[in-house]
Amino acid sequence: MSFLVLNNLKTHFRVYRGAIFRKEIGRVKAVDGIDLQLRKGEVLGLVGESGCGKSTLARTIMQLVPSTEGTVFLEGRDLSRLPRKRVRAERVNFQMIFQDPYASLNPRMTVFDTLGEAIQTRGKLSKKALLGKVARLMDTVGLPANQMRRYPHEFSGGQRQRIAIARALAPEPKLVIADEPVSALDVSIQSQILNLIANLCRRMELTMIFISHDISVVKYISDRIAVMYLGRVVELGSAVEVVENPLHPYTKALVSAVPVPDPERESKRKRILLQGDPPSPMNPPVGCSFHPRCPFAIDLCKAARPELEEKQPGRFAACIRVGEI
Amino acid sequence: MALLEIENLRTYFYTRAGVVRAVDGVSFSLLAGETLGMVGESGSGKSVICYSILGLIPRPPGKIVSGVARFGGIDLLSSPNRQLRAIRGKRISMIFQDPMTSLNPYMRISDQLVEPLLVHERINRSQAFKKAVESLEEVGIPDASSRINLYPHQFSGGMRQRVMIAMALISRPEILIADEPTTALDVTVQAQILDLIKQRQKDLGTAVLFITHDLSVVGSFCEHVNVMYAGRLVESAPTAELFYHPMHPYSASLQQSIPALHQKGQPLYTIPGVPPDLTLEVQGCPFAPRCGHAADICREQKIVLRDMTFNHGTACVRFQRGELASSRLASAATVL
Repeated sequence: MSFLVLNNLKTHFRVYRGAIFRKEIGRVKAVDGIDLQLRKGEVLGLVGESGCGKSTLARTIMQLVPSTEGTVFLEGRDLSRLPRKRVRAERVNFQMIFQDPYASLNPRMTVFDTLGEAIQTRGKLSKKALLGKVARLMDTVGLPANQMRRYPHEFSGGQRQRIAIARALAPEPKLVIADEPVSALDVSIQSQILNLIANLCRRMELTMIFISHDISVVKYISDRIAVMYLGRVVELGSAVEVVENPLHPYTKALVSAVPVPDPERESKRKRILLQGDPPSPMNPPVGCSFHPRCPFAIDLCKAARPELEEKQPGRFAACIRVGEI
Repeated sequence: MALLEIENLRTYFYTRAGVVRAVDGVSFSLLAGETLGMVGESGSGKSVICYSILGLIPRPPGKIVSGVARFGGIDLLSSPNRQLRAIRGKRISMIFQDPMTSLNPYMRISDQLVEPLLVHERINRSQAFKKAVESLEEVGIPDASSRINLYPHQFSGGMRQRVMIAMALISRPEILIADEPTTALDVTVQAQILDLIKQRQKDLGTAVLFITHDLSVVGSFCEHVNVMYAGRLVESAPTAELFYHPMHPYSASLQQSIPALHQKGQPLYTIPGVPPDLTLEVQGCPFAPRCGHAADICREQKIVLRDMTFNHGTACVRFQRGELASSRLASAATVL
């Protein structure tokens, strides 16, 4: 049985106009029908451009935003049907790491306070036991335990992200969602944090959804990759396969837009340059939502929205022209 | 002939925490029409160099302690503001990382675009307006004549950056300084914007000073690259040279830590430690505490950027003494 199952998950935001006679003028379909299954211990990478709904999907799974439709099953229990109070209690099982470690840590709490509070969501501990646990946790993420009385501003960006990771791990969650955890960090620090996350996943058998706009980072850390475009998954498959041999034209474009750090190969390689920006999720194009930017689009693409189908064993894509291009 | 020549630039910030040596003795030159990349992590001083050149350093706390920036027979660093104003936006323009914060949200695009023309050129409003529409068309904004009347928030991030580029190039500058112009954008849009800058540069012959933290962008975009660390230049090389024969351990490790070059499961190459605190005076090489090749001499001798081969300089003392070779620094090419 799958560990995390998303069934036709939708999160729509209503858009209103007018202050007194409020009128709904449309809906932003941030997440629009997502089916995904994660095995225990699996790392799923989620990529896509800004505005494609990656973060909304994360927040919907975390029950930070109510879903409009569909279900989120974690170990067989439907999180989206739990009453509010129960969600809080359940949240020890699913934790989140945010992008900006400057904004996600309380500046007036020491590392000990921050981690201590997170640990005690599982139950109160004696001061001594708590000290020991905080020290061990800091050690796990590579921070010197003698710095637990310090405040966030005394740490560098990379160290802060380590604190944020420690806080997410503190309640011993079963699922961790990391939303762009390295995007705010410098290159030399980024690789330190990626190594840490990769190690922790392996050692603690964490199940993780790793969100990033950078497909090369995602490829490195995840087992499978799901590519999102305008609120839907357009391609899903093993990380190496999706990056090295993408099926969907959008994935192809995404991979080819990443600059190769090798001038010679870069100058030789063929690039697919997409025209324009992603369309508004409030008013998505009819048919395949990618067709206005797709270099391979034909009339049939405008007719109906393609479903995510298994094109090759274990490889899914939502495109009617996969075999031809 | 060098279009812009920077010599021994030092820009310090006098803060309560101490003197931050943001730029500490940097010299380089920019040739007419070339694309020069400045690569470094945040806090390495790459942006401060540009702000110094344009006289945009807030004073106090900032102060240009020493240096010369020769451009067209004058020294930009010692020029009075009046003279700089005639150059900024006319002969040297700049585009910034975040197009939303650098455009005025209260002004229509049209008013912001014609402003540099009205200031710098003898031109009337309707002529300027016509030129502004043309400049928007040149950066690939569809339906320019009607969209010019919109406000910045009505454009997407990529379109806003196009407007910024149009604005920066409208007076046909000799130098375009681009400070992380694509960092805030999606990769697919980044590719479009880079292509656009390249295209406009080819059309106008503008020299581009391209600042970025992303070494992989530099690979395809720049002809020459300066690598900065802790306020100094540590390596300066033609792009291919830098990638295939790096002469400084820092540039080599920067390259190696790019995730794209790693196989799954293999740990990522990391540079241990963190960048130094710039309020503390460093004796020798600022990278020595994080460098796998550091020896006693690195901590003692003052570092100087020295050309080893034509156009390729390094500030690594051990490399200069012939104790290290590019092959030992392990370039990305060998990992592939």
